[in-house]
Amino acid sequence: MQMQAKKNNGLTIFIVTGRLNAQTAPAAEDTLAEAIDAGASRIVLNLAGVDLITSAGLRILAATSKKLSRQNGKLVLCELQPAVLHIFEISGLLTIFLVAGTEAEAQSLAMR
Amino acid sequence: MTERMLVVDDESDLESLIRQRFRRKIRDGEYDFVFARNGVEALARILEHREIGIVLTDINMPEMDGLTLLAKLNDLKQPAMRTVIVSAYGDIDNIRTAMNRGAYDFVMKPVDFNDLEKTIEKTIAELELLRNAIREHDRLRAIQCDLETARGIQFGILPKKFPPFPDRSEFDIFAAMEPATQVGGDLYDFFLLDSDHVGLVIGDVSGKGVPAAIFMAVSRTSMRATALKSIPPDECLSYVNDLLCQDSVASMFVTMFYGVLDFKTGEMMYANGGHSLPYVVSRNGDLCVLESTGMVLGLMTGRKYTCNKLNLAPGDTFFCYTDGVTEATNPEELQYSEERLARFLCEHCSLDTTSLVRACFSDVHKFANGAEQSDDITVLAVRWRTPTP
Repeated sequence: MQMQAKKNNGLTIFIVTGRLNAQTAPAAEDTLAEAIDAGASRIVLNLAGVDLITSAGLRILAATSKKLSRQNGKLVLCELQPAVLHIFEISGLLTIFLVAGTEAEAQSLAMR
Repeated sequence: MTERMLVVDDESDLESLIRQRFRRKIRDGEYDFVFARNGVEALARILEHREIGIVLTDINMPEMDGLTLLAKLNDLKQPAMRTVIVSAYGDIDNIRTAMNRGAYDFVMKPVDFNDLEKTIEKTIAELELLRNAIREHDRLRAIQCDLETARGIQFGILPKKFPPFPDRSEFDIFAAMEPATQVGGDLYDFFLLDSDHVGLVIGDVSGKGVPAAIFMAVSRTSMRATALKSIPPDECLSYVNDLLCQDSVASMFVTMFYGVLDFKTGEMMYANGGHSLPYVVSRNGDLCVLESTGMVLGLMTGRKYTCNKLNLAPGDTFFCYTDGVTEATNPEELQYSEERLARFLCEHCSLDTTSLVRACFSDVHKFANGAEQSDDITVLAVRWRTPTP
């Protein structure tokens, strides 16, 4: 799993690739926590390169989303592969995440 | 910390020389010396003062010589103890023997106290490293012990007596869980609600280790206590969700499926809190997926769940599992997948529940082909046999 950060209009965008599972979730959680500690409040995760997510991955996304909304921030997910979208659907978590189709849509959703 | 050392020599003047030479360090509490005149006395001192880490010993002594003492010290198997030989220049053969038997260093007589001090300092540094390593080792042992406790909690709480209801001829149940190397948080449960209903639970806690095991235990207990009040599955999940939200730390959550089978009629009511979708397999291999799902439990209070209903035909098997099955990965990084599970179920519909669950585990292992199991694997199967006449 890799996370590449870029900034745009006050947004922090992470291009995530690989697998978000029990092995990689702690590193992803640390990266997100560091970004938040450094002041990022509107975060977009581009998951186009994520081919697998497990409950451990969902947990850190849910935790990050909760943390950001407590600080009036936002976490927006975008470009989910069908298999990943399927996991979100089964877990019922689609309702608590902001999910966009493209990165551009995600950015405008995050800025709102 | 005071470093306590044992000096073993039959010449009594060494004691006063050492006390004189190291008087400052003794006064400041850095060093402390204990003295003995031969090997026998030395062993007695070591038993009195367990914290002795360095033994400075002569070789030629009455009653028990230094080489014998060294052998006895080795027998004590104290990992944080080092022996330094103090012997005459002409005694090089004995010194070599002592070194070969595990002495850490040696000092020549007549004693050059500068050299002795350096040797002591070097030995203390070595002991510090050893003691740190031992402390780390003990800490890891304690963590290991915690993990085993967690695994014990997780495993011990699951029903493992089969058949669980020997008097009930209307249905068969079999379930099994195989924990991953790390402690995870899968759970299953079943219980009779009254004379014609059985409750069926399967769930999976996100995360691993001790926190997941504890959360799993809380989830299972809350679920059973709530379900036994015979409230409908959807309300049951709502209630347990609110309970778990109060205790959830670090956004831990649990997926939970709860079904209630009326084993007199084959009617099953169920609600799903974000769990992998169960199947119903008919006698001739037709497969039906229980599509309905809702939010995982423990994240957001006040969630409502949907209650669904289905009718089992005689011989139908209700089959539920955790994602450890479908996400089992082989060395080529491919996943077992829902497709493969569905195919497996169609092909094995004639097996009884025990054989079906066992065959499913075998198929997953065969697929994984030796790759490490990263998640718990749990399977629960129920076959409804006949309506009660």
